[in-house]
Amino acid sequence: MTEDNIVKVGMADLNVASGGASLKTTGLGSCVGLTLFDPIRMIAGMAHIMLPSSEIAREGQLNIAKYADTAIPELLRRMLELGADRRRLVAKLAGGAQMFAFAGGNDSLRIGPRNVESTKQALTGMGIPIVSEDTGGNFGRTVELSSQTGILYIRSVQHGVKEI
Amino acid sequence: MELFNHNPDFKMDVLREVGNIGAGHAATALSRLLDKPVDMSVPTVSFVPFERIADRVGGSEEVVAAIFLRVDGDAPGNMFFLMSRKQAARVLHVLLGIEASEKDSYSELELSALCEIGNILAGSYLSSLADLTGLAMSPSVPSIAVDMAGAVLSYGVLQFGTMGDEALLIDTTFLKGEQEAEGHFFFIPDPQSFERMFVSLGVPLE
Repeated sequence: MTEDNIVKVGMADLNVASGGASLKTTGLGSCVGLTLFDPIRMIAGMAHIMLPSSEIAREGQLNIAKYADTAIPELLRRMLELGADRRRLVAKLAGGAQMFAFAGGNDSLRIGPRNVESTKQALTGMGIPIVSEDTGGNFGRTVELSSQTGILYIRSVQHGVKEI
Repeated sequence: MELFNHNPDFKMDVLREVGNIGAGHAATALSRLLDKPVDMSVPTVSFVPFERIADRVGGSEEVVAAIFLRVDGDAPGNMFFLMSRKQAARVLHVLLGIEASEKDSYSELELSALCEIGNILAGSYLSSLADLTGLAMSPSVPSIAVDMAGAVLSYGVLQFGTMGDEALLIDTTFLKGEQEAEGHFFFIPDPQSFERMFVSLGVPLE
């Protein structure tokens, strides 16, 4: 992973980068790190999605970067603004883990898989292909997307660094 | 949260005392387990942005041993007991006589021992709160993860996720000897639990 020119994406946040800069988000647990990439214009986008659907939102000022169904259209809009071509965009995703195992368990504990599901649904609905993913499991991930190559680096405590 | 618009300082003080009593009992339990004096800090109670929730324990990517319990009952919430790997190794050494170095993987026995510690501490924290408030609060079976702090703690703020971008965190640090952090106790009551706690403690809501 490169250290220079990194744009940080916080929890329930999204951002775009181009010109060789990288996007990075740390400590993904049940959250999903979704990335979009235009390989010709080398424009990259990343969202740190926390919850599956904005239908459950009770906040006054909706943070659209937080929910799968609202974050993806906004990320797409930001990338088109930078000059990305929608037809070339490819998606990669990581995260959506189940950090803690419980017998029985209530629904909020399954939030990781639900985040993944709903992220995929939103992408399919918009016709953006998912080229690779590293989701599920029971471990945390830090991800970094290079706008130079479109490679998504995934670091975890147990498995080291993986490229997808 | 609107509940905190009126008289916020007093309400925060009440929560600090709640944390103080709960963690005080938990510290006593830990001290008995380890057969060593365990001191604790005055709890900090504050609204913490999700992004900064892991800062208290060294940042989002810092690897911690985290024991998580879901609190059920009248005032539901999430509870974490967090230790550095170094501290987890020390606790295992004292309790089991295992010569465990700082490491990434733990045996079933080690994980189960750490889980049990979390269970005992959370139990004493919650039973003292239940005595104080008269509310029923019972912990779920504990679960443990040794992983990035950001990844484990984001689990505990989901209930706040639909309401905004920050969570109310009651954080108590356990100290040992020369102010070295022994561990952190995080109690994150669900948003709707605060009103019930205040009512049962006779705190005027408005």
